[in-house]
Amino acid sequence: MIGSLFRRELTVLLRNRANLVNPLAFMFLGILLFAVASPAQGEGRVLYAPAILWLIVLLTNLLSLDGLFRRDYDNGVLEQIYTSADVPFMVVLVRIIVQWMSTGLVMVLLAPVLGLLLGIDGGDLLIVVMALLLGTPALSFLGAVGASLTVGFSRGGVLLGLLVLPLYLPVLIFGASAIQEQISGAGNTAQLYWLGVISMLSLTIGPLAATAGLKISLQMQ
Amino acid sequence: MGALKEFWHKLGSPRWFFQISSGWVTGFGWAAGLLIATGVVWGLGFAPEDYQQGNSVRIMYVHVPAAMVSQSVYMGMGVAGLVLFVWKMKLADVAIAACLPFGMVLTALALFSGGVWGKPTWGTWWDWDARTVSTLVLLFLFIGIYALREAIEDEEIRGRASALVAMVGTINIPIIKYSVEWWNTLHQSASFTLTEKPAMPPEMYLPLLVMVLGMYCFAGHNILSRMRLEVLRRERRTQWVRTMFTEDNAV
Amino acid sequence: MSLVELHEISCRRDNITLFDPVSIAVPAGGKVEMSGPNGAGKTTLLRTLAGLFQQYEGTFSCSTHLFQGHRPGLDELLDAVENLQWHASIAGQTVNENEILEALERVGMISRALVPVARLSQGQQRRVAMARWQLSGARVWLLDEPLTALDTDAQELLVSMIQEHCAGGGAAVYATHTPVKLDDKVELRLSPRGDQA
Repeated sequence: MIGSLFRRELTVLLRNRANLVNPLAFMFLGILLFAVASPAQGEGRVLYAPAILWLIVLLTNLLSLDGLFRRDYDNGVLEQIYTSADVPFMVVLVRIIVQWMSTGLVMVLLAPVLGLLLGIDGGDLLIVVMALLLGTPALSFLGAVGASLTVGFSRGGVLLGLLVLPLYLPVLIFGASAIQEQISGAGNTAQLYWLGVISMLSLTIGPLAATAGLKISLQMQ
Repeated sequence: MGALKEFWHKLGSPRWFFQISSGWVTGFGWAAGLLIATGVVWGLGFAPEDYQQGNSVRIMYVHVPAAMVSQSVYMGMGVAGLVLFVWKMKLADVAIAACLPFGMVLTALALFSGGVWGKPTWGTWWDWDARTVSTLVLLFLFIGIYALREAIEDEEIRGRASALVAMVGTINIPIIKYSVEWWNTLHQSASFTLTEKPAMPPEMYLPLLVMVLGMYCFAGHNILSRMRLEVLRRERRTQWVRTMFTEDNAV
Repeated sequence: MSLVELHEISCRRDNITLFDPVSIAVPAGGKVEMSGPNGAGKTTLLRTLAGLFQQYEGTFSCSTHLFQGHRPGLDELLDAVENLQWHASIAGQTVNENEILEALERVGMISRALVPVARLSQGQQRRVAMARWQLSGARVWLLDEPLTALDTDAQELLVSMIQEHCAGGGAAVYATHTPVKLDDKVELRLSPRGDQA
């Protein structure tokens, strides 16, 4: 069952390439705008690089989360999941994991490029990859809860941000700090551990809460 | 155990809650009035000045209770959310609806008094330190639930949705607090804790304790009154509310 | 033994009771046609039976069921075969390709089996959904406005499919404004509550 669930989600993702490409374009555009707007060159810009990188990661994720369940809600697939699936939770979980793969994992793969664009040294890029790898799952899992509750509104984007961004704060803090400390040469294992812990914790509550949230949203139809 | 179970069961009836809570509101109201009056006179009139901060330390007697109670109110919403989800008790949604505006205003008060305190103490109205950041995040958590409730029309669905968000938020609060404190430990640590011996002299922390207790009682008074109003509004079509108002024997 | 049993069920939206409580028992082979004016709560009652709506009074039981709402319940980016395969897999069924193709043949969609659903017309999408009913193996069919967007051929097909399903020990409960041409149907009329507005 899980295999066919993944196959379906990945097929949909590949047929709807805009969902994959648009957030990435948004991300690079954000970095471009920062580079142009930032007054400092070289050293000065690197100071802000971790903060900007994580901020853009957060916003890109938010952008993609809005569409996480929307199509299924509109075309009636969601109500089918809740009436006929053995375990709706599994379908929701797989959906969230694939969303992470299409944003978080792609960001991890692109992290070296993003880091270089922001002026982070080649030697420090590994930490950028690690921090994104450990931190981005939390964004998808927690964000799914907000997405599940705002899917019933045609313009849920702003509300989604209000609900979800405060919960992203710990990831932002530890994620940005991990890269900053690496650049300044201090230790950063604690931050990475914390990112991992937060992701594990959100894996346990996020998908469950999102499953309950979708059930609530279905009642609005 | 039996009595507790019966009490729990009875809470399912809005009418029973309305009748029984009348006394609680008065009780909390008097307790709050007495404690806050004592705390204000004691804290503002008799408690010693701080040797560094001078008289401006007295803002603490408003700031600390507001910050503490607003956090408890959010946690209370999380607990009410759990009750609503597990036992489907309608009164729990009434409690969430009542906690929300009170908690929001109190959090705003904590932020404002923090600014007023910060100006003479650190020379700035706003400083991004750990405590202000976590209070501001708390305010946004409140605003998030409020905005969600505004967006959903059906009363029962609204209740379930906000219960879910309150639960997820409550689970996250410790992590948020920890991460923010970790991020910046420049600010003074919490004024007093229940487990550690306070660093403040008793002449300062005793009035503060009175103010905190008073603020909790005020929260009880305010939230219960709001809940009673909300119960009346929701039950307006039922017989017992109608007779109560037509026979002019309102409690 | 009845497949669907309602006992004094009434649904509410925004704390307003939609219709007077209804009770009915549907045995195997039973066909129930639900009618009532707009806003009487037909859709809500069907959604309640399907487990999608929780604001109700009374009790009910419903055997394994299939729900067909206003929306087809198909992913536009997948073709009919992929959709049906996915539906089977989330329900934990193993359906082989032949069965799917047979079902699509029955509803006249075999020639468009590999076209993304987005490119099918509304009526064609409903036909694909009907193929799903056959494959689902559910005992109770809960159908909301099953005639929507169907041409006369498809309407006849619908009637014969419901008859076949019920003859095989199933049951169907559907809501409609246009009566479906079934002889032995039971009518259930929802009368809206006006006094609470």
